[in-house]
Amino acid sequence: MKTILRRHLLAFSSALLLAFSFGGAALAATELTMYYPVAVGGPLTKVVDSLVADFHKEHPDIKVNAIYAGNYNDARIKALAALKSGAPAQLSVMFSIDIYELMEQDAIVAFDDIVTTEEEKAWLKSFYPTLMENGVTQGKVWGIPFQRSTIVMYYNKDAFRDAGLDPEKPPQNWSELASMGKQLVKKDAGGNVERWGVMIPSTGYPYWMFGALTMQNGQVLMNDSGNQTYFDSPAVVEALGFWRDLGTKYEVMPSGTIEWGTLRQNFLEGKTAIMWHSTGNLTAVKSNAKFDFGVDMLPASKRRGTPTGGGNFYIFKQTTPEERKAALTFIRWMTDAERAAEWSIATGYIGTRPAAYQTPKLVNYVTQFPPAAVARDQLAYATAELSTYQTGRVRKLLDDAIQSVLTGAKSPEEALGDAQQQADRLLKRYR
Amino acid sequence: MFTSSTRANVYGWLLLSPAAILLIAFTHYPTLATLAKSFFSTGSVTRPSKFVGVENYELMLTDEVFWKVVDNNVWYAIGTIPASIAIAILMALWVNSRISGRGLVRMAYFTPTVLPMIAVANIWLFFYTPDIGLIDQVSSIFGAPSHNWLGDPDTVLGCIIVMTIWKEAGFFMIFYLAALQTLPPELNEAARIEGASRVYYFRRVTFPLLMPTTLFVLINAFINSFKLVDHLFILTKGGPDNASSLLLYYIYEVAFSFFDDSYAATLTVVLLGTLAIVSVGQFLLLDKRIHYR
Repeated sequence: MKTILRRHLLAFSSALLLAFSFGGAALAATELTMYYPVAVGGPLTKVVDSLVADFHKEHPDIKVNAIYAGNYNDARIKALAALKSGAPAQLSVMFSIDIYELMEQDAIVAFDDIVTTEEEKAWLKSFYPTLMENGVTQGKVWGIPFQRSTIVMYYNKDAFRDAGLDPEKPPQNWSELASMGKQLVKKDAGGNVERWGVMIPSTGYPYWMFGALTMQNGQVLMNDSGNQTYFDSPAVVEALGFWRDLGTKYEVMPSGTIEWGTLRQNFLEGKTAIMWHSTGNLTAVKSNAKFDFGVDMLPASKRRGTPTGGGNFYIFKQTTPEERKAALTFIRWMTDAERAAEWSIATGYIGTRPAAYQTPKLVNYVTQFPPAAVARDQLAYATAELSTYQTGRVRKLLDDAIQSVLTGAKSPEEALGDAQQQADRLLKRYR
Repeated sequence: MFTSSTRANVYGWLLLSPAAILLIAFTHYPTLATLAKSFFSTGSVTRPSKFVGVENYELMLTDEVFWKVVDNNVWYAIGTIPASIAIAILMALWVNSRISGRGLVRMAYFTPTVLPMIAVANIWLFFYTPDIGLIDQVSSIFGAPSHNWLGDPDTVLGCIIVMTIWKEAGFFMIFYLAALQTLPPELNEAARIEGASRVYYFRRVTFPLLMPTTLFVLINAFINSFKLVDHLFILTKGGPDNASSLLLYYIYEVAFSFFDDSYAATLTVVLLGTLAIVSVGQFLLLDKRIHYR
């Protein structure tokens, strides 16, 4: 009550001040334009719209215009183009891995340079550290986690029962993945596979899945300055070898590449007993699976591991101090524990702060639907998603290397050695 | 004041200007700007763009992915153009003859053309998907093992080609059908009286008379083989390991995923040059051999 009163007083006094300074002009508000990576009319627009409307009720002195800009790529292109042309844009949710591109374009400002009070500084530290990794470089915070996901393992409990395995004990490490996978493979009389043991998608975002395997093998893919990759380190080579072996040596996964877009359908039709996929699929699998399914953390080799994924809040550099303050107020409001909990329940994204999982709403939801907690618990082992300077190119080098190994064209040493060499050439000038 | 010829000149230019302004603003200026851009480095705020001469072209010649996509594009053109034209002629002859349910067959042949490429790709994605896809489901009835059609570098380009033919042939059929209906029936009657076989009649009469249409379709098919990449976004994203990537898709990647506009401009110049040379060549070479009435 007291805070609301204070906020109202504050709004009133600042409005008064503004009214005076504009010589009695209309009651002015700080207007913010936010680019948001979702297609117009998409399922998330309603959620975001209602959040923004709630924000306006509490902060009548700040007006936020959300511009829905398509996917992450479109949002970045449109926001950067708007900045170039001088159109107003103060903040945006963009891909967490866009950070170096945005820094090279000198488009964003670090949150450390905006926060002033102790409370605000403490807020910067209130997120899951592994979710912050993609937003921190050069010792400063540039991106605040908002819609974030990880990779989890979905498994078909009925298939486990069918294969004589304990449905409550999915594979916990690589060797179990291979051995259980073998038991889960089901062939017809002619020797054709009716059900595979496991599928890890290798189109669309192979580097993302690979980030999980390398982390499990104890090696990250790049440094935190974004100017060095470790594609040819032995642990990375070994991880890619294991991925290929799942198809060729253990024969628990189809060889060749596995399509990202149809994998969920494969799983739902029982063509694979295990799939690795984004937590973003949880709701769809929950409502469409005709069998008993489970969700667990990805298996470990030397340790557990998964990359994080998704979008962060950024504040643009071409902004006035007032706009930056207003943007900060909005972002703090949006990432507040209560909101993070609502957002997580509505979308399936991770609650970005430990405090969110202590709210009654989310505590309740997690007890009713335990898979929702898996992504959270796995955050302790997570790492940043592949992100460097020249990130599109570097990512493609790794994607091509992975696919050339999975299709049997190259050996892991050869493909990753080439990729590392070319990545070095691209990144040399940023060191 | 003005002589009548000046007035006619001004009048003429005024009539031309709306089209000319649009063409210059949206076709010629961008083409020239692209050409100019290809001689500069890609700039960012922290590293402004500067003149680099032919450096981008040198980079291109050593770029393995570039050669791979050119190679793919050549095979894609060879795979799609003759096949889709041949099928289009066959379909046109078929629906031009007096068969029952002709309208229905025509519509069926034309349907793929009406569908957007993205929708088509989404449909075919589920044809090609291993195990649960239509092709694998049908072949499993005959006991064939499942095949990862789009995940195998040896089959992926073929899959894309087949889908494109399916999509394109119906469109070209419409042109052939229109051309066939302008052929005078007396020719057919005369040929029958002379005792010419149907094959002979097609080879010596119908096909030569269709040549103007064939030229038109050929140029369109050729341009399409470089222009159509929508399906790649859905089906393969150019993978695995660039096995199904085409030149225009690579340009898109370089421009909007790598944000290297200079290199994208360089690749675009090559694409434009190729298309220009081939279209001019087709007109000059084939035009002489075509019989226009």
